[in-house]
Amino acid sequence: MNWVTTVPLQAYLTLSAALFAIGLLGVLIRRNAIAVLLGVELMLNAANINFVAFWRYEPSASMEGQVFAVIVMTLAAAEAAIALAIILNVYRRFKTVNVDQINLMKG
Amino acid sequence: MPAGSEYLLIPGLPLLAFLLVAAFGLRPQDERAAPVPIIAALCGSLYLSLRALAHVTAAGPQEFSFPWLYVGPVQLDVGVLVDNLSALMMAVVSLVSLLVQIYSIGYMKGEIGYGRYFAYMSLFSGSMLALVISDNIVQTYIFWELVGICSYLLIGFWYRRPAAAAAAKKAFVVTRFGDLGFLTAVLLLSFLGLGIFGFTDLAHAAEQGALSKGLITAVSLLLFCGAVGKSAQFPLHIWLPDAMEGPTPVSALIHAATMVAAGVYLVARTYFLFALAPAALLVVAIIGCLTLFLGATMGVAEDDIKRVLAYSTISQLGYMMLGLAVGGYMAGVFHLTTHAFFKALLFLTAGSVIHSVNTNNMWQMGGLGKRMPITSLTCLVGALALAGIFPLSGFWSKDAVLAAILSSRLPGHQAMFVIALIGVSLTAFYMFRLWFVTFTGKARTEAAEHAHESPWVMTVPLIVLAIIAVIAGALKLHLPFTGGGIAEAIRFGHEPETHSTLVIAGSLLCATAGIGVAWATYRAEHISSASFNARFPAIFQLLKNGWYLNRAWELFAIRVVIGGSALFAWFDRHVVDGMVNGVAWLCGAGSQQLRRLQTGQVQLYAFVIALGIIAALIAILGGAAHGLTFVGGGR
Repeated sequence: MNWVTTVPLQAYLTLSAALFAIGLLGVLIRRNAIAVLLGVELMLNAANINFVAFWRYEPSASMEGQVFAVIVMTLAAAEAAIALAIILNVYRRFKTVNVDQINLMKG
Repeated sequence: MPAGSEYLLIPGLPLLAFLLVAAFGLRPQDERAAPVPIIAALCGSLYLSLRALAHVTAAGPQEFSFPWLYVGPVQLDVGVLVDNLSALMMAVVSLVSLLVQIYSIGYMKGEIGYGRYFAYMSLFSGSMLALVISDNIVQTYIFWELVGICSYLLIGFWYRRPAAAAAAKKAFVVTRFGDLGFLTAVLLLSFLGLGIFGFTDLAHAAEQGALSKGLITAVSLLLFCGAVGKSAQFPLHIWLPDAMEGPTPVSALIHAATMVAAGVYLVARTYFLFALAPAALLVVAIIGCLTLFLGATMGVAEDDIKRVLAYSTISQLGYMMLGLAVGGYMAGVFHLTTHAFFKALLFLTAGSVIHSVNTNNMWQMGGLGKRMPITSLTCLVGALALAGIFPLSGFWSKDAVLAAILSSRLPGHQAMFVIALIGVSLTAFYMFRLWFVTFTGKARTEAAEHAHESPWVMTVPLIVLAIIAVIAGALKLHLPFTGGGIAEAIRFGHEPETHSTLVIAGSLLCATAGIGVAWATYRAEHISSASFNARFPAIFQLLKNGWYLNRAWELFAIRVVIGGSALFAWFDRHVVDGMVNGVAWLCGAGSQQLRRLQTGQVQLYAFVIALGIIAALIAILGGAAHGLTFVGGGR
């Protein structure tokens, strides 16, 4: 048995859940759009931990967990590029990246 | 040629002529030819209907029909029914229409809308012929409405005159009151009856007792309601005097052959229902009696030559209805036939006078007998026929009606007989008042002095109609060429043959008395009508104003209809509109509240999404814990 398996699956899941909660909290309460984006990245990585952990503890030899983790990383990179571009444009338009002040869509 | 299509041509020819004129004959440069196709078509119709008449008197009723529509279990047919009644009516309608059209060539010469006039007239004649030949009640109703719309178009022919436009509207709206009854009768027959509409089938079903007594009474009364509107019976007669705003030949057609005859024809056609509903017959008799009396009295005080004739028509229609109601089926139809001829004649003579003098007021005429001898003599023939003087046609038919009343078994028929006799006197009186005032004495105006006889195209129809008005009584006799008397062949069940010296003596006496009083008052001037009017101003005013029935209707319309409408308008405005506006307000107010959710704060949206996901998770996991499966998750 290698050392990884001595750590129980629950530990990984707990870490992942904590990371996801921290990320979500960041998305919900931070004012700065960049910080919100960071929160989103945290949430994506929390999901990644889950994928890899379940892959490792899964008895079959399939590669889905790893493949998904790679796909999520790719997605996160693409998302970061687009989100940063949007934030840049928002800054040019509103002279701020504070999401509280960007409320043109208020009904 | 199969006989069915030959019969279809009788209404078909004038309708085709209408299409032809409507398509090609309306431009001013084409208008002169407009009468040609119509007169040709009516000649064809007349020939075919006379042939049909000869055929059915020898060979019995002919019926041809084919299915047209299936509505659920109900089958609607189109077809023709040619029996003695419809063949006789078609002959009368096409003959009178033909003569009126020929007359119109002269009368309408130079009018704006000459082509339009002939197109409408042709449609009018064609619709009436189609109404008469219909073999089922739905088809009858369709052409009934078409006749109504044609009368609207023709009464309002001079639509630039406000009075004509108003009269057309009045005729249309007032007859609609009655049409509503007819429509209800058709609907009753389809929903509560057996879903059969053919006259032959209905008559059969009624005889077999397949229709309930109550239904028969209700349908009869509703059909009569339609006839009251169309045939200008009390209390819906008020449109007919106003309909005089139309050109005079139109009045002749409406009063003789097409419009008002439709109501009487309908009652005669559906007589098998009335015969089984004594209550309905009593209503018809009472209305007919009231109408004949009121019409005759109103005619006495009228100064407009056409309106006198209009009131006379109302009164004579009352005779026809009364005749039908008391069981004199033949008498009613016979009077309809003879009346068609002499009333058309009278209207055309009135038109001839108006054409020449340019006024409708009899008191601005006078002494026209010398200047318009043909018009004067033919009018005299018409007046004698209408008054019922032996041996003119009116004598025979009025006599038949009176005899039928006397021998009837309806309650109160003695009183009806007396009223009818008084009506005979009044009829003779107002007709000879008209004739004496118009044609004898001195000319009262410049125009009357310079009056001249109408052109031959107008006088020839007058002469033809006058000859028919004299001899039409012969229809009742057993003539060799009619195969035993056409009017005799038109009977319903076993109508008792009635001859009564009392009737003949009474009616002749009353008519002569009426003529005598008219002579004494307006020719010899032994009696002064002015002093009579001065002594009894109330009676004079009452008659002059047509028993104030117009006013009564006006008041009814203003108080009840408009008042009632105001109530409904309030309901519509506040309750119905209120509901619609309420829904709109509710949506608006709700949205006003909901828009608060749209804060523009991205993070709030994200928070709500997160909450939603958590809630969904709890629901799913909680459900799974309770052993529930979700759609798609049960595999």
